[in-house]
Amino acid sequence: MSGKIAIRVSHLGKKYRLGGPQEPYHTFRDVISNSLKAPMKILHKPPQVEGFWAVKDVSFEIEEGEVVGIIGRNGAGKSTLLKILSRITKPTEGKVELYGRVGSLLEVGTGFHPELTGRENIFLSGSILGMQKREIEEKFDEIVKFADIEKFIDTPVKRYSSGMYVRLAFAVAAHMEPEILIVDEVLAVGDASFQKKCLGKMGDVAKQGRTVIFVSHNMAAVQNLCDLGIVLENGSIAYNGNIENAVRYYLGKSFHIGHSNDLNALHHEGTQRIRFKKFEIKNSDGETIISSGSPLVFYLTLETKEKFDSSNVNFGIGINNLVDDRLVTLFTKFDHSYLNNSFIIENNTQITCSINGLPLISNSYKITLYVDIDGELSDHLVNQIQIEISENDFYGTGNLPSSNQGPVLIVHRWDQETNNKFEN
Amino acid sequence: MNDNCNISDKNTKPLLTIEPPKKWLPLDIHELWNYRELILTFTMRDIKLRYKQTGLGIAWAVLQPLLTMLIFSIVFGRLAKLPSDGVPYPLFILAALLPWTLFAEGLNRSTTSMVTNSNIMTKVYFPRMIMPLSGIMSPIIDFAICLIVLFIMMVYYGFAPTINIIFFPLFLILAIATSLSVGLWLSALNVKYRDFQFTVPFLIQIWMFLSPVVYASSIIPDSYRFLYGLNPMAGVIEGFRWALLGVGVPSITVLVSVCMVIILLVSGMFYFRRIEQYYADIV
Repeated sequence: MSGKIAIRVSHLGKKYRLGGPQEPYHTFRDVISNSLKAPMKILHKPPQVEGFWAVKDVSFEIEEGEVVGIIGRNGAGKSTLLKILSRITKPTEGKVELYGRVGSLLEVGTGFHPELTGRENIFLSGSILGMQKREIEEKFDEIVKFADIEKFIDTPVKRYSSGMYVRLAFAVAAHMEPEILIVDEVLAVGDASFQKKCLGKMGDVAKQGRTVIFVSHNMAAVQNLCDLGIVLENGSIAYNGNIENAVRYYLGKSFHIGHSNDLNALHHEGTQRIRFKKFEIKNSDGETIISSGSPLVFYLTLETKEKFDSSNVNFGIGINNLVDDRLVTLFTKFDHSYLNNSFIIENNTQITCSINGLPLISNSYKITLYVDIDGELSDHLVNQIQIEISENDFYGTGNLPSSNQGPVLIVHRWDQETNNKFEN
Repeated sequence: MNDNCNISDKNTKPLLTIEPPKKWLPLDIHELWNYRELILTFTMRDIKLRYKQTGLGIAWAVLQPLLTMLIFSIVFGRLAKLPSDGVPYPLFILAALLPWTLFAEGLNRSTTSMVTNSNIMTKVYFPRMIMPLSGIMSPIIDFAICLIVLFIMMVYYGFAPTINIIFFPLFLILAIATSLSVGLWLSALNVKYRDFQFTVPFLIQIWMFLSPVVYASSIIPDSYRFLYGLNPMAGVIEGFRWALLGVGVPSITVLVSVCMVIILLVSGMFYFRRIEQYYADIV
């Protein structure tokens, strides 16, 4: 790295008023009636309203040519930070110093108008994104080729398929050349192969030595592109360092019951003769990172004042998606190896459940724990533990299903009965 | 302070510093100039979209003022017999409708531009003033076409332009400046108080009768000329008629109007700069 500063953020904070990120909706009538009610009051400043800090006391520096990923849960302040950096909204306190021309890409297709043709939209969107007309003209052919829409360039974009639209929109954005590029979660659109092409293009950008700030939930993409990572939590920086550690930190937190594995604070149902005390998930490397399809072990630590024979006790682990469909239940009655072993269950016994992998797409899921003794409910923790499954190259082809292709991943093989092949 | 900045770059100044909102911001005309292509792009977009999918296309630009001229000529010229300083009433009316339409359309578009384009403006930065500016500029094509129609009509009525026509560009600039100054105020106010988009059509209607569109400004008594100039459009229209048709003599009204526009324009720009800092939080 060149060692020259590209972005310096110091003690940045952004406060929104409570009750939503908006300022209260003003009408002229309010102002008039308020000023009639209290004619002098309009001259005074309104009292400071209690607010909510979307970003609070954030400081970091980015050097020229560094590619930094910003990761964090929804509501952690990523978008607000990006909006401040790209000058859309002003901070409440602190400051940002930018040592270079900034281009931001917070949305694919900013400024696109459905009535205008592809050609017209390239120029429109390009100049909204800060490109000069001459610059767009130079790159025009490249943009059209990248988007692969040569035939439709003079058709209004309202007649485009959504795929074509996104490809064109991204192609324009991908060709802007600011010194500092700020990219929000824009790769969540388009089909997988185009996503890969975009990642490739962004990788090129990064290799050209430009400073890039990249926000995404796609951990694979973040790890692929970025050297450094900043983890945001509740508007503040929780971790700032190299990207592997940042992702690890984030995913470590992504398995969460508060901030520990302690289940005591959760809502338990049942007689509590056997009670779940601790819950952990580890992958084959002993880390708490869960990725699609990789082997996992669930660890359950129990609390009890009695002793039980495991053949009388049933344990279950249920996995739901965020809209509360049960996807799978792991149950000692389905397997029997545990029941048949007649283990002694006593205080602090740790039982395990191993699986070859959760063949589910990257997303958040909720876990339910269950135990009964001779059919009598002993402990039940419903949907209180959330896990994040991170993306993994499940099929080894780099292609993954998009969100409308279902949540389940199954290894499969395509073939044909007859074995005649084209002779080239 | 825990500012651990490198000693090497202590001397280099940042290209840009983002700070909390301030009460007064400098106007930064330089930045606007850097974005001049974008003003043109938005203006062209508006013009293209305006006539797309219309059967008559750009003919609407001529048709609207022509029909207005026709109706006004019948109602105010023939029926009410308002004096027109000895000029054929249709010419008299059209010379005023030209700057008036420019003003009214520009006002309309710039006021709503900040709200209708919020999807763009909350996703990408450019000087916010570009939006009302391009709103003001987009009726200029219509204006140019109507100007040609006026010249054709002058030929038809055998009305030769006088030497005054060399002052026409000055009054055109004054008309655009008027439109911009009011447009900036209204678009900033409209961001803060949405009431203004409902007020504008009404305001324009009243404003037209307060301006010498259908009547000659010569009917205003001399003692009120100064006050009359506080309406900048009075000066603009008086100037247009004088420059294009050679009727009337620019009075104190024009001078007062020019001062008024300068005051409105400068204050409007500062007010706009102040409001724009909260734009993304309000819209």
